[in-house]
Amino acid sequence: MMPAVSAADIAPTPYAWEIRATGLKVRVGRNHMAVDGLDLSLGTGVHGLLGPNGAGKSTLIRALATVLRPAEGNLELLGESAGGRGEHRALRRRIGYLPQEFGYYKRFTVREFVEYMAWLKEVPKADIPAAVQHAVERVGLADRADKRMKTLSGGMVRRVGIAQAIVNDPSILLLDEPTAGLDPAQRLRFRELLQELGKDTCVVVSTHLVEDVAAACTDVVLFAEGRLVFQGTPEDLAGAGDPEHVGDSPLERGYAALLLGPGRGRGAW
Amino acid sequence: MSVEHASIRIIDGYARGDTDLAADEVWALEAHLEMCRVCRDRLSASVAAQAPAVAALVGTVWSDLEPQLVGTAPVPRRRRWSARLSKWMTPVMVPWLAMVVGVTLLALLLDLADTGSGEVSLVLLFSPVLPVLGVAASWSRGLDPAYELTASAPRAGLYLVLRRTASVLAVVVPALLLGGWVTGVTAAQWLLPCLAFTSTTLALGGVVGVTRAAAWLVAGWAVVIVAPTLAAGRTTFALATDGLPVWGLILALGIGVVIARRGAYSVLGAHR
Ligand SMILES: [Zn+2]
Repeated sequence: MMPAVSAADIAPTPYAWEIRATGLKVRVGRNHMAVDGLDLSLGTGVHGLLGPNGAGKSTLIRALATVLRPAEGNLELLGESAGGRGEHRALRRRIGYLPQEFGYYKRFTVREFVEYMAWLKEVPKADIPAAVQHAVERVGLADRADKRMKTLSGGMVRRVGIAQAIVNDPSILLLDEPTAGLDPAQRLRFRELLQELGKDTCVVVSTHLVEDVAAACTDVVLFAEGRLVFQGTPEDLAGAGDPEHVGDSPLERGYAALLLGPGRGRGAW
Repeated sequence: MSVEHASIRIIDGYARGDTDLAADEVWALEAHLEMCRVCRDRLSASVAAQAPAVAALVGTVWSDLEPQLVGTAPVPRRRRWSARLSKWMTPVMVPWLAMVVGVTLLALLLDLADTGSGEVSLVLLFSPVLPVLGVAASWSRGLDPAYELTASAPRAGLYLVLRRTASVLAVVVPALLLGGWVTGVTAAQWLLPCLAFTSTTLALGGVVGVTRAAAWLVAGWAVVIVAPTLAAGRTTFALATDGLPVWGLILALGIGVVIARRGAYSVLGAHR
């Protein structure tokens, strides 16, 4: 059966890029610019945000999640300015976010927690049970949905984190180190889910694991010391390296070449 | 929504699988069926009458599926009270609110036993800071594990903060009413200080973090008012009836600052 088409579905998007940053600066603490003059445009697809620890990846993701306000520059999300003092309620309904430190309430069951998050995200009340079931199924936790959070393994907790991020069917999905704590089989399943989500969503995945990027991302954003070092396909990244650079795979060598290459000789490690 | 329904001719044709229905008619009908219960019911009646083969097939599928459906547990709809309560308070707030009630009862017992505090009512003396203890845990980066997730949600912000504050007051005010009724302290004496401290915690919390603001206010109250009052054994000037306009002013100021800085409750606090 053909799905019913609503006016919202066929309306053209009024923006060219889901995420568009120009000269973006985000301050952490008093005087440290963790994001320091970033120009970046991201559309639909899976974007791997790659960079050494402390490069400002989490700060950038928090700014994209609108929980940190830009100090300078412009940030447009889904065509709406994300700066200023507003609460961005309408915009936030279309964003999914998994923080690096995913905190939860231990006594809640998986379903209760994801339902609670759906409520916080203002998913219409009538849609919540179905949306929660769908999200929990997508991360492969349907059989654990009524178990308490405290009985889950680290990998399962991470998957609940992903379920709450996608429960509102977001247009921008921000995942900060989502593969931490996942075992290799879960990681494979997760990459499949990412590819599926990336078909109609702008997914930004921060990671320090180069192989995550190779497997699941359509686009790599290399970020160091608060600035954009490289943006391109995983193949472009692999092409940037030479055999003499450190690394076990072409991607790792490309990563090393770009981070340690000319002009970045100080070593970002 | 439109009240125009599909004609019986189209529905019957669709049920029989007629090829003379135009593609756009089929599309429009299916789009309508997804949204219209009346026409879905008419279609199912039409299938039974016009296409017995289809009806028989559906019947077979159902009878095959039925044994499996019995085995699948239905989605439990009975929600525990704690999950329902989470719209008003986080699980983190529960022990803090229990402590607030405990302190109120303890103060009440001491008042009734009349042990050494002279003519000072401990219930009255503690009343301004009791809600502060609950509010401290309601919006706390350090105490609430889901703080960052909550702060990033559309519902975050002044609305959610006020909702949680209301639930704190819903616990504190009845406890104080009971305490006041037993010890003979009128609600007029404690209600304004109580609300003024609550609004000041939120106002200050928008700048330095709610938990830190609460700690400062409780410590300040203990040093400046509680200690001297207990030492002197007299009801403090701060809680005398003629101090009420000042408390009203503080309450109004607090509310003003909270509204003016409402955006502060939907971003990560700079302090833990
Ligand atoms: Zn109809």
